[in-house]
Amino acid sequence: MNGKATLVLRRGAPGEAPREERWEVPFEPGQSVLDGLRWIRAQRDASLAIRYSCTNANTCKECMMRIDGRTVYACTARLRECEMRIEPLPNKALVRDLVTEIAPPDERLGS
Amino acid sequence: MTQHEHLQADVLVIGAGGAGMYAAIEAARRGRSVILADRSLVGRGGATVMAQMTVAVALEEGGLDHPEHHLADTLAAGRGLCDAAIARLLCEEGPARIREMDAWGVGWARENGAHKRAFAPGHDRPRCVYVDFLNTGPAVSKTLRAQLNRISEIRRVGDLRVTALALEGGECVGASALHLASGRPFSISAAATVLATGGLTRLYRRNSASANMTGDGYALALEAGAELIDMEFVQFFPIGHLAPRLVGMDPIMWDPFRYKLGGRLLNGRGEEFFQRYGSRDEGRYVVTRDVATYAIVKEVAAGRGSPHGGAWLSFEHCSEAELRAAGGPVIDRLAANGIDLTRQAVEVAPIAHYHMGGVRVDAVMATRVPGLYAAGEAVGGANGANRLSGNAITEALVFGHVAGASAAAHAARRRARAGRGAFRAQVEALRDGRAEPDFNPAGMLEAMQSLMQEDVGPFRTRSGLERALGRLRALAAELPAVRPAAGRPYDCALADWLDLGVMARVGECVAAAALARSESRGAHQREDFPGMDPRWAFNQTLELESGALRVRGEPVPA
Repeated sequence: MNGKATLVLRRGAPGEAPREERWEVPFEPGQSVLDGLRWIRAQRDASLAIRYSCTNANTCKECMMRIDGRTVYACTARLRECEMRIEPLPNKALVRDLVTEIAPPDERLGS
Repeated sequence: MTQHEHLQADVLVIGAGGAGMYAAIEAARRGRSVILADRSLVGRGGATVMAQMTVAVALEEGGLDHPEHHLADTLAAGRGLCDAAIARLLCEEGPARIREMDAWGVGWARENGAHKRAFAPGHDRPRCVYVDFLNTGPAVSKTLRAQLNRISEIRRVGDLRVTALALEGGECVGASALHLASGRPFSISAAATVLATGGLTRLYRRNSASANMTGDGYALALEAGAELIDMEFVQFFPIGHLAPRLVGMDPIMWDPFRYKLGGRLLNGRGEEFFQRYGSRDEGRYVVTRDVATYAIVKEVAAGRGSPHGGAWLSFEHCSEAELRAAGGPVIDRLAANGIDLTRQAVEVAPIAHYHMGGVRVDAVMATRVPGLYAAGEAVGGANGANRLSGNAITEALVFGHVAGASAAAHAARRRARAGRGAFRAQVEALRDGRAEPDFNPAGMLEAMQSLMQEDVGPFRTRSGLERALGRLRALAAELPAVRPAAGRPYDCALADWLDLGVMARVGECVAAAALARSESRGAHQREDFPGMDPRWAFNQTLELESGALRVRGEPVPA
């Protein structure tokens, strides 16, 4: 099992021009896209901003992002042995990289 | 120097899982203003929301049960180390909290009007209420959130990670924090502070809880001068999912299936094996977590593990209809993962699940630091050396309720609030550091999880524990020089660096207490000291003395 998946990430903070990054990550059947993003952080670039809590249980609902044009949870989206485009949610304020402002408005401290 | 941002309330609750939400509700009901802060999002990031099924409670419905029976089982599971007063509180106040949750519409499963009660390992009778299907945690979380939202005295704040408690004249007067979303430091002054930060399971590579369970409350309490207790006792859940890889499923998912259907646990050769370790399972779910974990790890060590290094769990003897009745929609989620339980067994292995140890408190959840309280899994003492199945959500609700009441009473007596100055040094420390880290804290964090898993996991030896202590202390010493400065929005590298500091300290607590305890008891199993030693029937407490950790033995409170 030496497959690869290619993740094309859109990164950047508010006010910056968004940039695209391509990462090859190891692929094993059954893995999630979040597994691939966590691999990038631990093995290549810890500055990548992603948000998650429950990791795999589909309960915290924090890792919502845009994958190949669809809004999904990264923890339940399956990693595929091909190129996948990963972007922050288009309809929420960008915090940084793949993290958007998803807290209810009255639970934010303001910016 | 720019002035940092400052908030204030009568009561600060740190951590918005079940215990924190209940504490906030209770403090507000008693007329106090509350800030409820979570490093993630309120009600989503803790362990409560991940609970699958059982909530142990001695409901006296139909004369079937009594808190004394629940207490007897809790004390027996704790292998002689429970603080009886705190365990009693859990058992006696449990029914009132479970009924209040019922009144708030949580939806405990019922049959003919009566609560359905599941039989769980270690209990003498069916005692555990739940919400179908595998929905206890989400239902409890949603119910508490709905109550929170109705109370205007509670300010809910997400993405706020507390980094230090502030002291004035030896009393806790609030906390300093990093607002993750903006990268800005904040301070919060409060007359009373409740630590409801959950456990430490993220210290281990294989764990069943959320990424926020890094033991924050233990490190905060220790630094502020409070004591910790029973830190050597980390509960491993014996049958965490191991293989094949599943998405969208919590690794403790097999627990409800075993409650309802039994299931067969087999070694790599397809044999039942608990009889080798003095227990019997025989397709029923009765063996306690510490014994089952020990048996599985031993089978794997003896070369009789399943292919991925665990045991087989089989429901192949069950019919499709039985499986559907037990699992409901979960059967469809399994099918989406390519799993048909009538045709195949799955592999399971022990995973870090819960921490028995924690902040030392009295029966009103007060630490020895005035103004500082704890609640939920952050508290040590109720469960001794091993927690009974189903007690975690109950203690979250009960201890949260009591801590909220105690914090409110303390805040009513202390009307003065600390000013910004009390927090200035802590806030400046957050701004200090490098702009661009030249190391990978996420990778270091994974390495630390492996080290904890190997050397401070379910099986321990003197040499492994000494090696772990050496590595944890070396890591802690390296961290200050590579500190990233706060300032960037959602800086995961800084968050990891903060986690590393906390985890190194908390890991040191677990390893130091485990090294000192030269016996095996409950969840603490020493390969070099097998068997329980009656001379070790006492608790160990930990405190900081001039920055160094000190472990001390103390008699179990009567």
